[in-house]
Amino acid sequence: MKRTIQLSMLVLALALSACQKEPASLTVMTHDSFAVSDDVIAQFEQENNVKVNFLLSGDAGSTLNRAVLSKDAPVADVLYGVDNTFLSRALSEGIFETYASPLLDQIPDALKLDDQDRALPVDYGDVCVNYDKAYFADNGLALPQSLEDLTKPKYDGLLVVENPAVSSTGLAFMFATIAQYGDGYLDYWQRLKDNNVVVVNDWETAYYTNFSGSSGKGAQPMVVSYGTSPAVEVVYAEEPLTEAPTASLVGDNMCFRQIEFVGILQGTQKRALAEKFVDFMLGTTFQEDIPLNMFVFPANQNAALPEEFALYNQVPEHPASLPMDEIEANRETWIAGWRELMAQ
Amino acid sequence: MPSKRWNAGRLALWLLPLGFLLAFYFFPLGKIVVLSLTRWRQNGLIGWDWGLVGRTAGFTFYQATLSTLLTLVLGMPAAFLFSRFQFRGKGFLRIASTLPFILPTVVVAAGFNALVGPHGWLNLALMALFRLEQAPIVLQNSLGAILVAHVFYNTSIVIRVVSTAWEGVDLRLENAARTLGASPMRVFRSVTLPLLRPALISAFLLVFLFDFTSFGVILMMGGPQFSTLEVEIYIQTMQFLNLPLAGLLSLIQLVFCMGITALIIATGRSLSVPVMPRGNQENLRKPAKAAEKSFVFIMSFVLVSLLVLPLAALVGQAFFTSNGSGWHPTLQFFRQLFVNTRQSVFYVPPIIALRNSLLYALTASSLALGLGMLLANAARGRRLLSRLLNWMVLLPLGTSAVTFGLGLYLAYGTGYTALRWYPLLIPLAHALIALPFVLNLIEPALNAIPANLKWAARTLGASQRVVWRRVELPIIWRAALTAFVYAYAISLGEFGATSFLTRPDIPTLPIAVYRYLTLPGALNYGQAMAMSVVLLAVCALSMFVVDRLQLPVWGDNQRKAQPDA
Repeated sequence: MKRTIQLSMLVLALALSACQKEPASLTVMTHDSFAVSDDVIAQFEQENNVKVNFLLSGDAGSTLNRAVLSKDAPVADVLYGVDNTFLSRALSEGIFETYASPLLDQIPDALKLDDQDRALPVDYGDVCVNYDKAYFADNGLALPQSLEDLTKPKYDGLLVVENPAVSSTGLAFMFATIAQYGDGYLDYWQRLKDNNVVVVNDWETAYYTNFSGSSGKGAQPMVVSYGTSPAVEVVYAEEPLTEAPTASLVGDNMCFRQIEFVGILQGTQKRALAEKFVDFMLGTTFQEDIPLNMFVFPANQNAALPEEFALYNQVPEHPASLPMDEIEANRETWIAGWRELMAQ
Repeated sequence: MPSKRWNAGRLALWLLPLGFLLAFYFFPLGKIVVLSLTRWRQNGLIGWDWGLVGRTAGFTFYQATLSTLLTLVLGMPAAFLFSRFQFRGKGFLRIASTLPFILPTVVVAAGFNALVGPHGWLNLALMALFRLEQAPIVLQNSLGAILVAHVFYNTSIVIRVVSTAWEGVDLRLENAARTLGASPMRVFRSVTLPLLRPALISAFLLVFLFDFTSFGVILMMGGPQFSTLEVEIYIQTMQFLNLPLAGLLSLIQLVFCMGITALIIATGRSLSVPVMPRGNQENLRKPAKAAEKSFVFIMSFVLVSLLVLPLAALVGQAFFTSNGSGWHPTLQFFRQLFVNTRQSVFYVPPIIALRNSLLYALTASSLALGLGMLLANAARGRRLLSRLLNWMVLLPLGTSAVTFGLGLYLAYGTGYTALRWYPLLIPLAHALIALPFVLNLIEPALNAIPANLKWAARTLGASQRVVWRRVELPIIWRAALTAFVYAYAISLGEFGATSFLTRPDIPTLPIAVYRYLTLPGALNYGQAMAMSVVLLAVCALSMFVVDRLQLPVWGDNQRKAQPDA
């Protein structure tokens, strides 16, 4: 039955698409936050006489899961956007083919987490607490210097965080607390809870409804967001700004570093093209396009950064990190523990 | 009843909708079941927790029941208002009350925040008025917020479904009862209510199923302390890739929903006495007595505050901006919609997103209406069969959107060439979700037609087809229009199942709204609101047009009747 239906739909689709003659195509599966400039992709398409299709498949976790579930009948040739919190699942499910790109030489070793070169680092960024500069200045309030500071009475009810069970920023922040406190992370969260931390489910609500530094003009002057959010506030300001309205808290272990990877999907019939595309993603043209499209840092150390990044972003010296196997083994237990505590 | 022969036409009547259900509901669901079982065999069932599942199912049921009852409490008098009175602004109110239905939850949350958030306009006004230190209304992260949002979303279902039936109630029956000495209360209880019962039950079922499987509202309005089965299914599927557990939870949700549905359908939904429905305008009158006038006024006020104000707040967000010194008007957000600021490869002009949305919605609603009519006709006069069909068609509403979407993706969305037909799968999925609405609106209307009317026409020499076109279709026309409007609105707003099948080069309006909201920045926020206003305007305009449509074969006496408003 499946065949008949697919066949008849194919006929319909062909009729509808006005029978354009297409060049060879390459499909890249990625998450919803993926963005790239028009001319950068056009350059790759022209050089290789190929049409690149992107398939945006939800957040990073959903994208990976869809790739895993369709590994017997892959939809795409390349998958970009698996991060270090999910990498272990991607590798153990065996969705990637090995590819040791020559451009790996230009990427710092600290970012390379897969020694078999199935997943290649493309970019990294930090999940940090952002604060509303005006609020802290107006109230003469000192900035928290550590995770522990956030539990002090003077920050009572001033922080909004996301639910790690449904939000990747929330999850990253919880990982930061685990990197700092280990098994004692729930005690820390109990202290945060006693200090009236506000928990919402998703980043959109936290940032736009609760955070006082955004357009939503909410009630909390601190929010778990990205280290680059201050720069984004400037780039997407309604009227040109000379200073970011927000900044990040970058004390030790206060930020969690996310590294994103690209890999060639197992069973691709376009291995050569896929290799070229991976090389292209790691090359300086694409890498220099990354910051202002996805607001993360390029992995290639030869890529130049835009000035907005230098001016408005704070980069943590010692971001938190956890071994990826430990994350994969404990993710559900950690989240379940957190949910049980916070639901009480 | 004339004897029925199983000819080719009658067979097609059956096979088309049934095949549709098989291909796009049961087959994808089967895929998921097989996959879950395979993974279960490999890894076992991980994470099963009786306590958690029990609590979650309990809360899901609790909030759905409460939400549905509240929605009925508001929707019933509102339906009375719309079906009995002619008043200024009625057309506007009728359309405005349907608009919440199409809005993505994230936008609704923004609307509520602009209105009753800590710095919302209503809170600021109340604080200024009563010299309060703190915002008097605190809605975020509470059960109250969930209930309000559900009422906001679903009141229109009750209004449309019940008022369509109420308009058709023969006033002479009520008058006769009054003449015989019954009090107005008694008339309502013994005459009107029994006549409305099928519609009421339909409305209750639809609203209940929507509330039971609610996802976005629970997440965005309720906060992390509330969890429903649908939320757990989402977490288990998309975060943990724990398919056996997710599948089991889906099954529990489905069984729960279907059990309740079967129970309600079994209590009898068809009219015991078919009564000739009246033309669509003759029950309407201008409010005359003081009591009637104040009812119309109070009811309109309540509807405006609950359903229109959050929308107005949303529109305000798109047209006004604050820069520290207060609010001032701006058109910049709308202008920026047409600019590809970052030269992004995914930028799509709003007009294209609009076209995609309209194409999907028109295809889906036509398909749903066509299939719904076939099904309603096929089931006619066979009570048991009609119940079974009704029950089956309601299945997609009780099914988790994540499960259904993933099933569709696995059944038709994988493989190298699959991307080509994503744009065709989306309206098919939408039609499937809209089908219960269509059937639930058309079937009661069709069953309410007294059989002697058809027989009279047949005796006078009309063929089956002519009877359908000249007698039955004109009678159910309003119900069919309402069905069409809902299918259309469902398609415009549906997100869960479709998010598995969207292609970035063919986005719909809700998807374009989401894309702006994934980044910080005043401009992105403003553009998301502006895009939502476009979505609202398009929907309002289409409903305005549909509300005014008249059937060409409409009878002579009705041709003079003016549409409401």
